[in-house]
This record gives sequence, C-alpha cells and structure tokens, in this order.
Amino acid sequence: MNGKYWVPAVISVALMLGACGSTKERNPAGGTVPTQTSEPYTDRIAPAPAPVDGSYDAAAAAERALSTNIIYFDFDDSTIKPEYQGVIDAFASYLNANPTARVRLEGHADERGTREYNVGLGERRANAVQSALLAKGVSAQQISVISYGEERPADPGHDEAAWAKNRRVQIIRQ
Amino acid sequence: MKSIRYWTALLLLAAFPAAHAELEITVTGGAEAPLPIAIVPFSQVPDVQLDIAQVVENDLVRSGRFRALPRRDMLQRPNTPAQVDAATWRAQGIDNVVVGQVARSDTGYFARFFLIDSISGQQIMGYDVPARSIDQMRYVAHQIADLIYEKLLGQPGYFNTKIAYVSATGLSHQRTFQLIVADSDGENPRVVATSREPLMSPAWSPDRKQLAYVGYERGRSAVYLHTLATGEVKRLVSERGINGSPVFSPDGRYLALTLSFENNPDIYIIDLRSGTRRRLTDHYGIDTEPAWSPDGTKIAFTSDRGGQPQIYEIGIEGGDPRRLTFQGRQNLRPSYSPDGRSLVLVNLEGGRYRIGLLDLATGDMRLLSDGPLDESPSFAPGGAVVIYATQGARGAELATVSVDGRVRQSLRQASGDVREPAWSPLIR
Repeated sequence: MNGKYWVPAVISVALMLGACGSTKERNPAGGTVPTQTSEPYTDRIAPAPAPVDGSYDAAAAAERALSTNIIYFDFDDSTIKPEYQGVIDAFASYLNANPTARVRLEGHADERGTREYNVGLGERRANAVQSALLAKGVSAQQISVISYGEERPADPGHDEAAWAKNRRVQIIRQ
Repeated sequence: MKSIRYWTALLLLAAFPAAHAELEITVTGGAEAPLPIAIVPFSQVPDVQLDIAQVVENDLVRSGRFRALPRRDMLQRPNTPAQVDAATWRAQGIDNVVVGQVARSDTGYFARFFLIDSISGQQIMGYDVPARSIDQMRYVAHQIADLIYEKLLGQPGYFNTKIAYVSATGLSHQRTFQLIVADSDGENPRVVATSREPLMSPAWSPDRKQLAYVGYERGRSAVYLHTLATGEVKRLVSERGINGSPVFSPDGRYLALTLSFENNPDIYIIDLRSGTRRRLTDHYGIDTEPAWSPDGTKIAFTSDRGGQPQIYEIGIEGGDPRRLTFQGRQNLRPSYSPDGRSLVLVNLEGGRYRIGLLDLATGDMRLLSDGPLDESPSFAPGGAVVIYATQGARGAELATVSVDGRVRQSLRQASGDVREPAWSPLIR
C-alpha cells in the first residue's frame, strides 16, 4: 500500500542528487578559462527538475495511519478505548479530506453469548465507531454499518486470546 | 416465472441436493426406569430393504425412555398377534411387544403393526401405515415409533419430524455456510441454501412448509422465506442494519423478528398476508431473539435494557415488558415449551453458558447442560426433549437433553461445525 508513494519519492531524490552533481557542468563558462574537468564535456543536462512536494510524505504517513483499521473491544462492551483514538482520528482525517471516499464498519463479537444478541452487540460496536467518526465531522453518507455478530471470527479458537481478537470493528475502505 | 425476482444471486440454491455429511448420533444416559420393549423384525416384501423394526427401535431407544430387547435374545419372532406367546416375553421381563409386516397395497405399500401387552396378552394398538413409494418407508417407521411412544408414555412422539440446522465448513474466506434439513434421526440431510456469507437463525412455519432464515447479501443482511416443496426463496425484509431472529406465530400468519433501522434493535411483527409491520418494543437497549408463546398472545425476548441481557415478556399488543429472569449474570434466547409453562434459554453464570429450563409459574431455573458454550435451545415437539448447540471436542455439534436432564444425545457432522438447530413441528 505504501509502495506507490515510495516510487515518486525515490525518483525525486534521485533527480535532486543528479541536479546537484551536474551543477558544475551546467555552468562551465563561468570565466574565460574553461574549467578543466577530468572528463570531456558532454551535454548531460537533465530534464527540468521536478518540484518536490513534502505532501508525498504526508500522504504516506496518512496511508500508514489507515493501515491500522481494527478497533478491539472488551467483553460485552462497545466503549472505544483511548488507545484507538488515533485510528478514529486517522480515518476521520481521511474521510474529511476525501469527501467521495466511503467506509464500511463491520461489527463483530466473540463466540460467547447467543448469535443474534451478538449481532446486536456487533452493531452497537460499529455504531460507536460511526458516532466517533461523525463527531469528527465525517458525513453520514460516507459510512455504512453491518454487523456479523460472531459469524466471522478473525481467530477460530475458543480461548480469551482468540476472543479478544474477535471482539472488533473492522473499518473497510470502499 | 414470476417468482424469479425473489431468487437471490448469492444464495445458490440447488434443487434440494443431498448433503454429503450426515449427522452421527451418540446417546448417553437414560431414564431411571426405561420401559422394556421388544420390537420383533417385521416380515417384509423383498423390495423393501429398509429394516423397519430397526428404525422404530432406534427411535425409541434414543429417546432414553425405552430399553429394547436385543434381537439375539428373542426366543420367537412372531409377525402377527396370534403368533405372540405372551408368557415367553413376560418371562424375559418384556412388557410390550411390537410385531408387524410390510406388504404391497393397491397404491404402494403399507406396514401393519401391533403393540401387544405381554402381561395381558392383549393388543393395545394396531395400525396399517401406508406408503406411496419405497422411499417413504423410513417415514412409515418413524410414524410407528411416534404411535408407540404416545400410546405408552402419553406424550406425542417426535420422530416423524425434521431438524433444520446450519453447517459451516472451511476457514475464513473459504468458509461455506449451508442450511440443511434432515430427518429427526439425522438421516437424509438435504441442503436448502448455500452461501459464502453467514446463514443464521432458521425457523419453521407451523405447517412446516416454509423456513425463515437470515442471510447476508452485498453487505446487507436479510430475512428470507424458503418454501421447501418448490425451492422458492422470497426476500421478506432487508432494512438497513439488523434483519434477524425470525420466528413464526403459532397460527403462521405473522413473523416476529428483530430490525434496527430505526436506530437500535427492536422487536417487530410482520403480517405475512398484507406485508404490513409494526414495532412491538421500543427501547435503546438491544431487544432481540423473540419467541412466540404457544397460545399466540405473548412474546418473550432477550433485552439488555437492565444492563445485562435478560429475558422479558410482552403481550403481542404491546405494553410494558415484564422481566422473567433473575438468576444468573445473563439469560438469553428464550423458547417456550409446547404447553407454555416453561422456557428454555441460555444462562450465563460462572463463565459458563448453559441451557436453563425456567418454570414460568415458580420462577425456578434448572440447568440442563454443562456448557461452557451452549446455545440455541428449543423444545422438540411434544416437549420431552430440548435440542441445542454445543462446542464439542471436535467442533460445534448439536445435542439433545431430556427435560429431566437424564438422557443426552449428540448429533455431530463428520466435518465442519453444525449449529442453530430448529426442530420442525409435528405433522397435524
């Protein structure tokens, strides 16, 4: 995902280095005496330097922030813990900056408790994430919510370690 | 074909194909004093290969209420009442003897059977049970078991019934969900619906001609109505949010279900004839898992309006729900007994989800299973047995337990998880 931003960044740096390295040769007629170079002069003028925009780095950083797209919850609970505020902020920024972008919030529960109640619980968790995004100014049109309850576990195990991975909301970019 | 628009792209419906995995049944425990009975092999016309007496015996023994005399211990093998020497059976401690024959009729086949009391030597019951074709003989056997069960125990038999359940095989993205309908003894499993998305919450119509269930399609859930005879599938409702927990009213006219499009999960009632619907509960908590009382006047449901999920009851005209459960940290997914006097539910206490039986008159709760991850309980028709889903050592399986807790059966599929059993009503 981050790779596509690396390519222009690397090219830009290469162009900058190339531009610096060729400065002498591009202005060889500074005085009356030709500057002696170790190589015969050749016209190696590079294409026009590409302007480097620092926002490439910002975009890469934003993209990295969106790579964390799962928020985990406590048992029978839909409170977004403080450690996930960064995830909310990242997606709110992304959605606010890209008004045509949309996300689907998939709510999940662990296998404990009954299936349809867990569908309710998964929806409550996804709604909590939705509310947090709306509070950051995201448009409701950009968000859809679905709950799978306990039907799509991330970890098929039957212990607390598995359950902790399954009580989650996944933010899916569409 | 007009109904074509109801067919859905993601629910691939084959023409009722046989499922490849049958349920294997294991029985543990038994009634304190099971009735001794001898089911003598029937004399059968050669084209009927199925051992009718064996199917009858399996049904009765699996109920835990009967003890069958092994065939090798039978000193005689009568096929008519006149051939039965009551004293011989009496001497072996056998109170009841079943004898019979399978013969051709003008319209197909029939099984003629007699139930004989070896104490008096008298016939207690005798019937001709017809079949139009050979593939109906298994149902003939289940019907015979039902008649014997009811005659001797005073409760309706539940063998000539079906069980719907959901099977899930494969992991993560390869997971396939199937809605399956099998005979009550796990035989003849048939796939009703297949999907890569979850299938949930099958519920029988009272005439057992339709199944309602929950599926997912293109990022939305929906409640579907599947007509078994034709394979027609109708998408009944697919609102934004939750479309779940369908359950038919006892008269089959209405469907209660859970919808959340008006902000949070509440119970709704749909009139299946007119399509109109109304909201029954209105609370910011999760209201879900409705169960219709057998007299049709009340609905029990799960709600966490008090903080933790507990069972509440509301009249079908609305009003204030009444809380029914007070024992246990959580109580969920109620289902009424056929007589309406008790509920089976899922009870959480001490970290274990177990099946509980709540006496509605006294408020007493009795736990029927050991957990720790038991769910989806409901009564078999007749009310003597409860079926539920449990996490077994080799995956999720189905289990039955008699209401006295003594007799248990496990129903396991060789590969994959099985869950969410729904026992069909009796044929009336």
